[in-house]
Amino acid sequence: MTRKQILFVVLGIAALIAAPLGQGNYIIYTMTSWLLFSIAAMGLNLTLGYAGQISLAQAGFMGVGAYVTALMTLAGVPWILAALSSIGSAFVVGLLLGYPALRVQHHFLAFVTLAFNTLLFLVLRNEEEITGGSFGLMGMERPTVFGISTDGNLNFYYFALVCFLVAAGIMWWILRSPWGRAFKALRENPIRAESLGLKVRRQTLLAFAIGSAFAGLAGALQSPLVQFIEPSSFALNHSLKILLMVVVGGAGFFFGPMLGAAVVILLPEILRFTEGYYLIIYALLVIVLMVYSPNGLIGAGQKIWSKFKPKHEARRDLEKGFQL
Amino acid sequence: MAEFIQILVSGLAAGSIYALAAVGFTLLWQASQTINFAQGEFVMLPAFFVLIGMNFLGLGLWPAVGFALLLSLLILGLTFKKLIVEPMLPHGTLPLVIATIALGLLMKESVKEFYGATAQPFPPIFPQKVFHVLGASVSAQDIGNLAVSMLAILGLQLFLSRTRTGRCMQASAQNPQVAEILGVDVKRMALYTFLINAALATIASVLISPVYLAKFSNGETLGLVAFIAAIVGGFNQIRGALVGGLLIGVIDNISAVYISAQYRAAVPLLLLIAIILFRPQGLLGSKEGRAV
Repeated sequence: MTRKQILFVVLGIAALIAAPLGQGNYIIYTMTSWLLFSIAAMGLNLTLGYAGQISLAQAGFMGVGAYVTALMTLAGVPWILAALSSIGSAFVVGLLLGYPALRVQHHFLAFVTLAFNTLLFLVLRNEEEITGGSFGLMGMERPTVFGISTDGNLNFYYFALVCFLVAAGIMWWILRSPWGRAFKALRENPIRAESLGLKVRRQTLLAFAIGSAFAGLAGALQSPLVQFIEPSSFALNHSLKILLMVVVGGAGFFFGPMLGAAVVILLPEILRFTEGYYLIIYALLVIVLMVYSPNGLIGAGQKIWSKFKPKHEARRDLEKGFQL
Repeated sequence: MAEFIQILVSGLAAGSIYALAAVGFTLLWQASQTINFAQGEFVMLPAFFVLIGMNFLGLGLWPAVGFALLLSLLILGLTFKKLIVEPMLPHGTLPLVIATIALGLLMKESVKEFYGATAQPFPPIFPQKVFHVLGASVSAQDIGNLAVSMLAILGLQLFLSRTRTGRCMQASAQNPQVAEILGVDVKRMALYTFLINAALATIASVLISPVYLAKFSNGETLGLVAFIAAIVGGFNQIRGALVGGLLIGVIDNISAVYISAQYRAAVPLLLLIAIILFRPQGLLGSKEGRAV
C-alpha cells in the first residue's frame, strides 16, 4: 500500500467509528446492517469479481450462518464458537455445491445455487421442529466480549465493525497473496493461467467456498442483530439483492461491494418520497448503469475521472506506425 | 388409472406451456449467449397487455390478443434487443445477467404499481367443457393448451429447419463468424430470435393466464420452471427444451398428488441438481466444445 492509501484507510476507519455517535437507534441499526451486507457482498465479490462465477445463493449462505448461530446460541453455546461453526458450515456447503457445478462450464453454478437457495427456503419453512417454520426463531442473546455486553445498539455496531474490519483485512490478504493473484489471473485469461500450472477448477471452487464462508459470518452477525430470523429473510430475492450490491458497486474492485451495499441499503431511504415507485426507479437505474458502465459505480467513476485527468500525450511523430 | 390419466394430461398441458417459455430461453441462449433471467416476467406481461386491450381500449378477446402480440414483439422483442442486449453484449455475460434480473424486477413492479397487485381473472380461450375418457375427466382447456403449444413448437421447428431464413438463423447461432462470411446478416437473425421469443412468450401467457389468473408475481415460478426445463432437456436443443418442459409439468403434477404438498416445489429442483450432476449436457443435449 502506498502512503496515500494508508491515509485513506485510516480516515475511513475513523469515519466509521465516529459516524454512529449521537445518532438515533434506527440509523445505527441501518449502519450495522450495512456492515453485515458489506461482509456478505465482499464474499460474493470474490466469487463473482475475481473468480468470475455467478452465485445466486449468497443470502442462502447467510441463512445457513444465521440458523446455525441462532440454534447454537439458543442452546447456550458462546457466540464465537457458534460463529466459527457458521463460517465452517457455509464453507462446507459451498464446497459440496460447487464441486459438481463447476465441472461444467456455462454458469451452471448460477443454476445450482439458484436451486439451492429455493430448496433451503423450503426446508427452513417446512422443518418446523428445528427451524420454527415460518414463525422463525427469536430471542438470541447478543454476545458479551471481554465482559462488555453488546446489548446496546451502539455497542453492537462497534462489535460488527470489528468483525467487518477483520473480514476486510482477511479479504485484502487473500487478494494480495500469491494465491489471490491466481484468482485475478483466472479472470483475466483462464487458458494462460492454466498453462502456467494453475488448477482452474480448484481455484474457482475455493473462491466460491470462501465467498460463501463470508456470507456465513454475515449470517452469524445477523442472528444477534435482529434477534429474530425467519426463512423469508434468506429467500432468493435477497440473494439477488446482494448480487446487485456487488455489481452496482463494481465487481472486482475491493471497495465495490461496500459502496454497492451502501447504495442498495441507503437508496430506499433516499427514495422514500417516491413510495411504491422505489423498486421501479431502482431497477431502471441498475439497467442504465449496466448499459453505460458494466463495471459498476466505481467503474463509472474511473471513466469520468479519466476524462478530466490530464493525459500524458506522446509526441505525434514518435507514435507507433508514424511514417514521414 | 383414471386418476393417473387425469394427472398425466393436465401435467402435459401445463408442461407444454412451460416448454414454450423454455424454448424461447434456449433460443436466446443460442443466438446471443443471453441468459434471460426475466423470462418468467416475459410470460407474465403479455396477459396484462391483453387485459389492457380489453378493459381500457374496449377490444374483444382476439383483437386484444393481437394487440398484445404486437406490443410484445415491440417491447419484449425489439426494444429488449436494441436497448439492452445489443449495447451490453461486448461486455460479456455478467452485466447482461444483472440487467435482465433488473428488467424482471422492473416489469414485475410496474405491473404491480400501474395495474394492480391482486390476481386478475383472465377470459378462457377454450370452451369450458370436460370430456370423459376411460373414466377420467379431461378438460377441453388442457387439450387445447397442449395442442396449441405443440403446434407452435412444431411450426417453429419446421421454420428453423425448412426455410432459408430459419437455416440462416441456425447457422448464425452455431458459428456467427462463418455465417457472416457466408453472407448471413447475423444481427438481423439475432433480432428474429428475439421476436420469436416474444411471440412464444405471448402464446404461453395467453394459454396459462386463464388457469393461474394474471398476477404480477407469476413470473417468479414460471421463470424458474423455464430454466429447469431448458437445462433438464438440454441447453442447446429445441427438442430438449420441449421434453424438459413436458417432463417438469408431469413431474410437478405427480408430486403434488403423491408427495407432500410442502415439498412439491422441491422435486423439480432436485431433478435439476441430479441432471447437472450426472448428465450436465441435459437429457437430449449434445456436448458442446468448451467455449473459451
